[in-house]
Amino acid sequence: MRIELEKRPDVSKLYAFVSPLLALVLTLVFGAIMFAMLGKDPAEALDAFFVEPLLEVWSLHELAIKAAPLILIAVGLAVCYRSNNWNIGAEGQFTIGAITGSYLPIVFYDWHSPLVLPLMLILGALGGALFAAIPALLKAHFNTNEILTSLMLVYIAQLFLDWLIRGAWRDPKGFNFPVSRDFAPEAVLPAIWEESGRAHWAFIFAIIAAIGVWFMLRYTLKGFEIVVLGQSERAGRFAGFSSKKMIWFSFLFSGALAGLAGIAEVSGSIGHLQPAISPGYGFTAIIVAFLGRLNPLGIIASGLVLALTYLGGEAAQLSLGVSDKVTRVFQGLLLFFVLSCDTLIYYKIRIVWARLRGGAA
Amino acid sequence: MSIFEAILLTVITASTPLVIAALGELVAERSGVLNLGVEGMMIMGAVAAFAGAQMSGSPYVGIVCGIAAGALFSLLFAFLTLTLVANQVATGLALTLLGLGASGMLGEAYVSVPGIRLGEIVIPGLSDLPVIGHVLFRQDLIFYLSIALVVGVSWFLFRSRAGLKLRAIGDSHGSAHALGIQVIRTRYLAVMFGGACAGLAGAQLSLVYTPQWAENMSAGRGWITLALVVFASWRPWRVLAGGYLFGAVTILQLHAQAFGLGIPSQFLSMLPYAATIVVLIIISHNRRTTLINTPASLGKAFVPER
Repeated sequence: MRIELEKRPDVSKLYAFVSPLLALVLTLVFGAIMFAMLGKDPAEALDAFFVEPLLEVWSLHELAIKAAPLILIAVGLAVCYRSNNWNIGAEGQFTIGAITGSYLPIVFYDWHSPLVLPLMLILGALGGALFAAIPALLKAHFNTNEILTSLMLVYIAQLFLDWLIRGAWRDPKGFNFPVSRDFAPEAVLPAIWEESGRAHWAFIFAIIAAIGVWFMLRYTLKGFEIVVLGQSERAGRFAGFSSKKMIWFSFLFSGALAGLAGIAEVSGSIGHLQPAISPGYGFTAIIVAFLGRLNPLGIIASGLVLALTYLGGEAAQLSLGVSDKVTRVFQGLLLFFVLSCDTLIYYKIRIVWARLRGGAA
Repeated sequence: MSIFEAILLTVITASTPLVIAALGELVAERSGVLNLGVEGMMIMGAVAAFAGAQMSGSPYVGIVCGIAAGALFSLLFAFLTLTLVANQVATGLALTLLGLGASGMLGEAYVSVPGIRLGEIVIPGLSDLPVIGHVLFRQDLIFYLSIALVVGVSWFLFRSRAGLKLRAIGDSHGSAHALGIQVIRTRYLAVMFGGACAGLAGAQLSLVYTPQWAENMSAGRGWITLALVVFASWRPWRVLAGGYLFGAVTILQLHAQAFGLGIPSQFLSMLPYAATIVVLIIISHNRRTTLINTPASLGKAFVPER
């Protein structure tokens, strides 16, 4: 048996829409098989994982909380990936954004002003952008592989946070636990609709960012530049676009969004700095970006789906006693299926069964 | 045993997995395939090796399990990128994410279970030599394998006919296909060799380096491996040199912490990652030499015309 690909004359519009859905279905099927192998009732497990978290209002709020950083980061990454810049270090930019944004509420603890929160958000975005500027600088001027440099910086950012929290920024009244002071009330990102749950403004930022980037990609010259340079650097050069400037733009932009996501997460959900501030949002956002077909509106939907895997993982851990690692497996599987199903957009797939030639067996 | 010998031994232990995994990736990249999933394949190798050793009671069975796990896991990548021509960068990332998750799940039962350490093999005669006898000839099987792999891969790539074909595919898959060389089949084998090596490197981590299982115990080594291949400009002997350089940095960092230089431990722990970045800058700085050394079809998908 052999699989043959035949290039489609045109990109299949139908499959461009169907393929992420197909990937979702395949992931669910494989998930069911996995649960069965773990000795759990697949129907019950999938229900606990993907349905129950959607049935209660407080739980929907939690979904928005987890989707917000994923969407924010993924929208930035989509700009990067579309322009063929491989920023893999969003997790690090998220961490640095959380640190720079926390500067005011931790160091200037006694400064009470309505200006604190906006300044924090700006500082967070700046921090993320500056941290992303490192791989951008290295790629633009030294031709260094941005995948590796941005990734190495993730480990450096996490160690830096660890040092801060165990050293200068440790809460003096924290019984030696590695946490910072709790943020003062004016440094906390407010809830959107406090009566029903915890969801805070980060989700609104995420939606605004997604719509803004969608508009940019679709209707502005900058968006055209991104797409052209991403498809062919040569063509972009003839059009007068600079791929060097695009490296800077895409990295600073995605870094800023990741940094904003970082400070929003710390300020809105956690309320202080601690050594672990992200369950891998920066890496999961890569899956979100691809599942959303690098389209900001698609990313809103895929961000919600991936947020559901986090939430479902927590729920399944409690109700079924399965490991929370199941979440990561689901996420990895999903990315695999997204990538394989994308083949259907560009190629027709034919399965060729081996033929016997001339009757000789 | 002197302090000097002890430090050399730890450097070797830290360097061996880097050398092995980088050699595997080097072969895959020479065939034109960029597999960013080394971290995932390595951690799968580590958990499989640990599990195999626990169930059988023999670390040698563990090694075989590690190699098999790495090779099988790389098949997923090969199928997606070679048969379904998916984007290699994204698929490699998917492999790493899936590997980190799956290994965490499979290894959950083994957390804080005491491991089985792979024993040393004494080479009679040579092991009695001063200094190098202790350091080089009282090592475990995986160390000897790593040296054999450097020699073997170097011979294969530059002295054998099959190696010539593999390099031809990496430099121009179109021309190689026109000459009748099996592009896809060769790349499948190259990717699986890379997976097997990453699996063996993982086995070293959970059977020699720290004989136990801990989640994410590969700690970014797979990514450092990828940098190492660039550093070595796709040459096996330079992988050996580079691997030992990186291993030395890792150990240096540990010893510096023990001596208490007044530098916070977190900054010392950053050293291997920072060193990777610095090395990448130095290597990539000269655009012309990197272009000459990089396999020309690296990372590009191949679809045969029908």
